[in-house]
Amino acid sequence: MTTVASPTEHLGPKDFASDQEVRWCPGCGDYAILKAIHKALAELGARRENTVFISGIGCAARFPYYMTTYGFHTIHGRAPAIATGVKLANPGLDVWVITGDGDGLSIGGNHMLHVLRRNVDLKIILFNNEIYGLTKGQYSPTSRRGTRSPSTPQGSVDNPVVACQFALGAGARFVARAIDTAQAQQIEVLKRAQAHRGTSFMEIFQNCVVFNDGVFHGFTDKKVAPAMQLHVEHGKPLLFGAARERGIRVRPGTLKLEVVTPGEGGISMDDVLVHDETDRVLATMLVAMEPPALPVALGVLYCNPAPTYEDDVFAQARAAGEPTADIGTLLGRGRTWTVS
Amino acid sequence: MSTSATPATRGPQPREVRESVVIRFAGDSGDGMQLTGAQFTLETALAGNDLATFPDFPAEIRAPAGTTFGVSAFQIHFGSTDVKTAGDDVDVLVAMNPAALMVNLTDLRVGGTVLLDVGAFTNRNLAKAGFDANPLENETLAPYQLLKFDVSKLTLNAVQEFGLSQKEALRCRNMWALGLMLWMYGRDRKATAEWLARKFAKRPEIQKANLAALNAGHAFGETAEMPSHVVGYTVAKADVGPGVYRTVSGTEALGWGLIAGAHAAGLSRVVLGSYPITPASPLLHVLAALKPFGVVTFQAEDEIAAVCSAIGASYAGALGVTSSSGPGIALKGEALGLAISTELPLVVVNAQRAGPSTGMPTKTEQSDLYQAVYGRNADAPLPVIASCTPTDCFEVAIEAVRLATRYMTPVIFLTDGYLANAAEPWLIPDVEDLPRFPVAFRTDPEGFHPYVRDPETLARPWAVPGTPGLEHRIGGIERHHDSGHISYDPDNHQKMTAARAAKIAGIANDIPEQAVELGDERGALVVVGWGSTYGPIYQAVKRVRAEGGAVSHIHLRYLFPFPRNLGRLLAGFDRVLVPEMNNGQLVTMLRSTYLLPAEGLSKVTGKPFKISELADAIRARLEG
Repeated sequence: MTTVASPTEHLGPKDFASDQEVRWCPGCGDYAILKAIHKALAELGARRENTVFISGIGCAARFPYYMTTYGFHTIHGRAPAIATGVKLANPGLDVWVITGDGDGLSIGGNHMLHVLRRNVDLKIILFNNEIYGLTKGQYSPTSRRGTRSPSTPQGSVDNPVVACQFALGAGARFVARAIDTAQAQQIEVLKRAQAHRGTSFMEIFQNCVVFNDGVFHGFTDKKVAPAMQLHVEHGKPLLFGAARERGIRVRPGTLKLEVVTPGEGGISMDDVLVHDETDRVLATMLVAMEPPALPVALGVLYCNPAPTYEDDVFAQARAAGEPTADIGTLLGRGRTWTVS
Repeated sequence: MSTSATPATRGPQPREVRESVVIRFAGDSGDGMQLTGAQFTLETALAGNDLATFPDFPAEIRAPAGTTFGVSAFQIHFGSTDVKTAGDDVDVLVAMNPAALMVNLTDLRVGGTVLLDVGAFTNRNLAKAGFDANPLENETLAPYQLLKFDVSKLTLNAVQEFGLSQKEALRCRNMWALGLMLWMYGRDRKATAEWLARKFAKRPEIQKANLAALNAGHAFGETAEMPSHVVGYTVAKADVGPGVYRTVSGTEALGWGLIAGAHAAGLSRVVLGSYPITPASPLLHVLAALKPFGVVTFQAEDEIAAVCSAIGASYAGALGVTSSSGPGIALKGEALGLAISTELPLVVVNAQRAGPSTGMPTKTEQSDLYQAVYGRNADAPLPVIASCTPTDCFEVAIEAVRLATRYMTPVIFLTDGYLANAAEPWLIPDVEDLPRFPVAFRTDPEGFHPYVRDPETLARPWAVPGTPGLEHRIGGIERHHDSGHISYDPDNHQKMTAARAAKIAGIANDIPEQAVELGDERGALVVVGWGSTYGPIYQAVKRVRAEGGAVSHIHLRYLFPFPRNLGRLLAGFDRVLVPEMNNGQLVTMLRSTYLLPAEGLSKVTGKPFKISELADAIRARLEG
């Protein structure tokens, strides 16, 4: 703990791993995410002293303890609010928020909404496992309808929230998705998130081996992955499949997406949509795609930077007048009178 | 009205001398009574009187015109002697409509003066106010000196030339009434004229009309249009020490105190996280206008985000502050536990209001003492302090910052709706005399452990992100007493619980011993108060002491922990009486802490204690 890395020393992934015993269940998707973040930080040349991980409550929220950066394990759902305060005190810090589907979309849903619309310069990583793990398996706000759990023995009856739809609806300027075990893609997305100024919202599909094992297998299983995953890239056509033989287009005369095969039935490559990550409408359609009719969209789905909250806050502070620490001026403003 | 027999002459008409006067301006919530009162306050302060004010407004922003629940009032007590309360009984009531008369007449002393706008006493308004008969036509007002003028018509005449609509013109009525009151007490109009020029800079015709109404009201008194029995009065300057003065509301004093406190701590940034709530919002407004002094205000999405943002700011090395009222403080409870367990500095301001639940948001109460001291899950101690007057808020705010930063703890600072809104003159302190308590952020990685405590204060080091070599993790999970790593060890939790308690208890050794405000250090009876009951308790004790009663006044700033000598001090009295604007909270804390038979005196009407009711209670105890 007392080793100070010099500013020029290159830090490897292991330099970001703390000596604390990781206490997630064996096989938990969180391990893969932890590893990806260690690697991403190393590749980004991040400084430990300048990096802060802030989490709420839940399995994912233990994350900061496994980092050698600054870390704050806070209370359920409130990490975005605490992170906002950190940025208002010191906008120069690189702040990452670690949350989950319950933490970020249920008890902390309000804070998630507002931090996104404000566009505070934070990286928010939402580990979505569609279940409450730490409290032993109750259904969560992202659980699909009909999820059987200790609290819903006959199946849940409420409709799930789609995390990225929520984020886009709240005004997020960066929305991305990745799968826990797909490390290379995850690292790329993490690096893009870090490079984006403003709130970067990133959903990671994370498998809970104990309470919700295989919930994402419908698109993460190796056998179905090529057919059920669409990895988007800005400026490139929306193609997927083992040989990238299938594409996504807007069905003529509708505002619906459909799968097509260029070269068949009069469909050409020109019919296939080209990904434009600055297009909010396209992003909204992409995040709504669901198997089996459509593949799951992954990667940077939307990135369209705008001024950050703290940039505007401090610009207003500068515009309000010359900074001063003169308490005498403060107390003597306005009308005074002298008694002699 | 305290009267002196000495007549004085001033100007063309003889003026009578008064030692002190209580005026209440009352009207519809849209009649501008708060502005009228504020301007009278400013002119009175500039005239050199001591004063205290009490704004009393409805929860409705614009209740239906003419209704009793829409009545807004502003009371000012000013005098040539020490003024400590907004006054028990009203000497002069300015009632702009029948509803204002209906609501406020009970507080007017017999023989007092009531100024009425007869133009507003229409059958419709009388009915809305609930008068069965016109009080101008029966004996209702017989016990009072009645000044009934058609203020509406006089105002319309005065502003005729400015081409305002009837509605706009009638909105100048308050300035006419203000003008008359300023004449009656020999006050200047200059500051008000300047204020009108600023306020209506973009609407010159409105500015001119208001000024004309103000001058017309003044001239009405000056030019013998008044009934012969009505004269002007003189209230001599208060005998106050030399220096530069200003008027200040409790909220302003508090906001400035927070900035001065941060400055004293050597912190360059104050981050206020707040969510609008009555009566705490004015602090957000005051601080939002002070950005050049290192203030960042964050209007959060809710009370929880407000406190959490402040905690985050403190974690990152700024002074985190959050402000609210009781219901909002309830929502912040869990986050306060986080600040307690992660041992981060935080100032939590609670401008208390009448409750529970929504209660009466615009009415004052001091019923959140239990909440402040006990209102969190688990053993979660934090210091609780309270200010007792609007100007006292400045010093207490600085003290809150000192305790928060020196002890790495959230501090709850209790004010109330009265303190937040009331104003009084203030001798601006010399900046050189303000305390200094610079914080030392930890920077040395050698031997750094996040939870190793300072042997004297038991505070952990403040190590902020951005500092190389101090990277560490903190959180709400119980942590090892040294490394801060997660620990479920049973002995460690025992040790940490004891350490958190000992740290806060130790503050008793770092605050002044409790002094007796008035009276002897032992005797038959002591009246113990806290918060905004200071004025009425002080004056009541003074009054009974003048009659020879053996009674003392103790007023607590430190409510948790109590000053170290408090038990000893209270033991020196035969009886302890604890008046509170709640159902008995400090009294049970004193009883349980010191095992003494303290007696409570509760008032929860939404109005401050009157000096007379406290004096009666004191006499009864002394006789009993």
